[in-house]
Amino acid sequence: MNSDVLVLTLLTVISAATPLIFAATGELVAEKSGVLNLGVEGMMLVGAVSAFLAVTETQSALFACLVALIAGAGMALIFAFLTLTLHANQVATGLALTIFGIGLSALVGQDLVGVAYAGLPKLTVPVLADIPIIGPLLFDHNFLIYLSIVVVFGVLWFLQKSRMGLILRAVGESHDAAHAIGYRVVLIRYLATLFGGGMAGLGGAYISLSYSPMWAENMTAGRGWIALALVVFATWRPVRVLLGAYLFGGITILQLHAQAIGVSIPSEMLSMLPYLVTIIVLVMISRDSNRVLGNAPACLGKPFNAAA
Amino acid sequence: MNLSQSNTTPRLRLSGITKAFPGCLANDNIDFAVMPGEIHALLGENGAGKSTLVKIIYGLLKADRGVIEWEGKHVSIDNPAAARALGIGMVFQHFSLFEALTVAENIALSLDGAYNLAALSEKIAAVSASYGLKVDPKRWVHELSVGERQRVEIVRCLLQTPQLLVMDEPTSVLTPQEVDKLFEVLRRLSSEGVSILYISHKLDEIKALCHHATILRQGRLVGEVVPAEETALSMAQLMVGEQLAEPLRADADRDRLDQEVLFQVNELTLPSEQPFGVDLHAINFELNRGEIFGIAGVAGNGQNELLAALSGEVSTPPETILLNRQPIGRYSPTQRRSAGITYVPEERLGHGAVPDMALHENAFLSGFIRRRLLRHGMIDILARNRFAREVCDAFNVKHSGIESAAGSLSGGNLQKYIVGREVLQKPTVFIAAQPTWGVDAGAAAVIHQALLDLADSGSVVLIVSQDLDELLLISDRIAVISGGRLSQAMPTRTADRNRLGMLMGGMKAGTLQEEVEAQGVQHAV
Amino acid sequence: MLFKLEPRGGISARMVYLTPLLAVGFTLVVGAALFAALGYDPIHTLKVFFIHPVNSVQGLAELGVKATPLILIGLGLAVGFRANVWNIGAEGQLTLGAIAGGGVALYFYDSNSPLLLPAMMVAGVLGGMAWAAIPAFLKTRFNTNEILTSLMLTYVALLLLAMLVNGPWRDPDGYNFPESRIFSEAATLPIILEGTRLHLGAAIALLVAVILWFLFSRTLFGFQVRVIGQAPAAAGYAGFSQKKMVWISLLLAGGLAGLAGLVEVAGPIGQLLPRISPGYGFTAIIVAFLGRLHPVGVVLAGLLMALSYLGGESAQIELGLPVAMTGVFQGMLLFFLLASDVLVTYRLRLLPGLKRRAGGV
Repeated sequence: MNSDVLVLTLLTVISAATPLIFAATGELVAEKSGVLNLGVEGMMLVGAVSAFLAVTETQSALFACLVALIAGAGMALIFAFLTLTLHANQVATGLALTIFGIGLSALVGQDLVGVAYAGLPKLTVPVLADIPIIGPLLFDHNFLIYLSIVVVFGVLWFLQKSRMGLILRAVGESHDAAHAIGYRVVLIRYLATLFGGGMAGLGGAYISLSYSPMWAENMTAGRGWIALALVVFATWRPVRVLLGAYLFGGITILQLHAQAIGVSIPSEMLSMLPYLVTIIVLVMISRDSNRVLGNAPACLGKPFNAAA
Repeated sequence: MNLSQSNTTPRLRLSGITKAFPGCLANDNIDFAVMPGEIHALLGENGAGKSTLVKIIYGLLKADRGVIEWEGKHVSIDNPAAARALGIGMVFQHFSLFEALTVAENIALSLDGAYNLAALSEKIAAVSASYGLKVDPKRWVHELSVGERQRVEIVRCLLQTPQLLVMDEPTSVLTPQEVDKLFEVLRRLSSEGVSILYISHKLDEIKALCHHATILRQGRLVGEVVPAEETALSMAQLMVGEQLAEPLRADADRDRLDQEVLFQVNELTLPSEQPFGVDLHAINFELNRGEIFGIAGVAGNGQNELLAALSGEVSTPPETILLNRQPIGRYSPTQRRSAGITYVPEERLGHGAVPDMALHENAFLSGFIRRRLLRHGMIDILARNRFAREVCDAFNVKHSGIESAAGSLSGGNLQKYIVGREVLQKPTVFIAAQPTWGVDAGAAAVIHQALLDLADSGSVVLIVSQDLDELLLISDRIAVISGGRLSQAMPTRTADRNRLGMLMGGMKAGTLQEEVEAQGVQHAV
Repeated sequence: MLFKLEPRGGISARMVYLTPLLAVGFTLVVGAALFAALGYDPIHTLKVFFIHPVNSVQGLAELGVKATPLILIGLGLAVGFRANVWNIGAEGQLTLGAIAGGGVALYFYDSNSPLLLPAMMVAGVLGGMAWAAIPAFLKTRFNTNEILTSLMLTYVALLLLAMLVNGPWRDPDGYNFPESRIFSEAATLPIILEGTRLHLGAAIALLVAVILWFLFSRTLFGFQVRVIGQAPAAAGYAGFSQKKMVWISLLLAGGLAGLAGLVEVAGPIGQLLPRISPGYGFTAIIVAFLGRLHPVGVVLAGLLMALSYLGGESAQIELGLPVAMTGVFQGMLLFFLLASDVLVTYRLRLLPGLKRRAGGV
């Protein structure tokens, strides 16, 4: 393989990983606060369709991403209200959010099927982008790809170094203790859930604006669920989310290239790869229960009621 | 120290504090005041309204009526941050440290101001040295013993330079030696002018430590006394409000145990299944027919793991547990029940009973084997209901029908129900964890009597408890569990509190001395 | 907040039954508003959605046809959800049931044996069970989250079906369409209402509901499921094995989903297609919750959800509304149900007047 092909391949890996990075990092923050939102797939779909709708209406990619962010957060708000204010079961509510998101995005997007969009413009860093191999890999992307890296390291800094991050981790660790020393558990979880929704929305936007710039029903194809698996895979650590996402991106791309090279396996079998790898990775991580339990926020998915 | 010396403005005064919850008036028109430098006890049984009152003072609950004055000024404490701003610090009984965070991070969470862990660690070291409260800011909280955790909480409060320190049942998890050290710290704070509100139901401690005591009963203030001038009995009567019968053993001669071994644990070694659990190391004991055996120890020293192994919730090598000389280590809980072991777990709601299920269903939960409540694989509803009623009647459980949910019963009534359910199955071996934890004195008396009667009828009774008084009151022999190891058992007659306390602290006399010296060195530094 | 939630200290039996009705009511109101917002006459649209599909015998029979897979799957899922086993891969288990049962039909394409149909059913059940056994094994052996594994397997199952109908099982006379041969008469479910598509599967679904209702209400098994779901520690105390329950509930749900898949391909569809279900496996999650995880409730909820499918179709035909409307309705219904469920364990109090009352208790 010559270096051009290598660069092209790696670029597609980055592209396939980016939506996962957004969605998984957002979910990581929500889970760190103790909220298990299984509605990522639904939030991504709504983000994808609203971004595509916005970009076809206004032609502004930036505005479209903002719309996706708000739409994802709006979906998360439904989830937060049901689970945090009304104490509904988080698992059931997350499933409902996904079912609702699939229906809602299909409804909104019915007139968008078949509409074309050129894709996100690139933000090329002058000079640096001309360096062979490294240039195109690091300095010649659309702004969402840069942003995804910023988000990961921003979240890393926030959780490890900032006071607010410490408070967020404390709430996920023991909501009773956090409440007892006076933190507003529900408010903090609302904010974390909304952030998770916003990031899922952006992840969806990347899919419909850049990865395959169009709208099709169910176009996220389970990436929301893979993002959830990634959080477990990463044992709730942002940098590992990044690595995990590139790994999955690689597998997705491997599948495409195997087809292109003409490997004589049915295409469906190759398409199964990302899902099968997800299962295998989950098994490998979770068989060591201490590793998972020791890292998982202790209050993940548990309801909190301040009265009493 | 002399309270009337110079300052006559109370640091904190409560007037007419009233707080109602649905179906319960937790605080009814409570008045009292705490002077600067005073150690003031808030005394009362579980459920008397102490915790509610404390939460109101710390801003966690809002009173329905009443006035709080701080240094003579009317204040409104809306949240814990406001309480801290006034100068109120609180050491909680439960729920206040974060296992997966370090000591420094834990302390940072309750301090306002700049977030700088390095600077904070230095401050922690300074305060802990000055008060002899050994605390390492870098350690993870889940590695700390219960006593160490309490030190973290106290240091956390001291860093806020409080004017009033509220301590909620601080000694319930400490060994007697740790209690003495705590009292030294509290007396020193008091001499420096810090007021202390000390919540407890332990009369000896209050007599030893406190200048004044306010006594609550069923949400009402029933008296304010000077503990030094009272006897433990006179305060107990104010607290309980009724004469309590001492538990009686029909067979008062405790030495005359049948020497027939019914239950043995041999070299039981078990790694914990929980992430922050305690491993068991070579546990050995033998129990005789008609005996009550007590296992003392501070929470988190392997009690849960031991109980799980004995009840069958965790299985062990067969020969490590013998019932009537039969190896039962591999038996499931169901098989152990049919073999004759019944068990009352520590946690009533969610472990010993399903909160949202009816009383009759909770009778079925553990009683269906020995009471034969299944017929051809189907639930025998009549027999089940009969059993539930029998338990309620025999143990005087106050309830509104056996259809009512277990969670709707008061703590004491539910505990009587669970103990009754296990006792009425006529076990060979009866195991109970904290049988009277958090129940009122009346229910505790009923439960103690039932355990004594059960032993008299020829069963073995094994009690695991943190309450040394309870074990000294009813058990024939006592052993201490610490760090997953069980001490030699000793007859209760010959057991002395100090020795038990040292064992609970996991040390021998010599090591205790060393620790005192080590702290002396730290002072000098 | 304008209201305050007070724990009831128990479960309100009345609310357990009232909240599903409340949720349906809310959904209709919001649905009507949504129609109005989209520029349709709300009352007329609701009529088209919910009345028109069932104002004939034909329509009612169609309702039964659509409800059958939903009820079958919902019944199985309800057991698992009660025991806190979150199998959300029923769609994949359904697909595997269809593949296994349909495979039997294609393999014995020329058979006229009366045993063919029973054999297909057994194969369908086993296929669903086998697919559900994977998450069960991974959960009990490696503690792997069953939500994620069962869902990933759904995607794998759908691809597997697509691979088969595109490849080895493609109809040789089908002009290269990705479809299998049409099943023989002996491999097709008998019709139980002449002149409609209502088939034997509907009767089987009702029978399964009755059996499960008996198991739930009178046997140790039903009791175990509830204890494990409500208080896992108490289940350990009573000696009920969680691992066994993970296996039982996944196998049961998988088997019933597999049967549902077989019923679909041997009933209304009559052959294997790349896509054999409009998401019954997911909608059945709503059915299970809406039916209060109770067999009788699941039957009623299955009928209601089936109506939402028919309504979506009739609204598309009569008014040109998008079919996606059905998904929106279903999601909303589940939201409203989860929201109103708060009333089962909490009492709602409006804040003004609170102080008065509390002081007087």
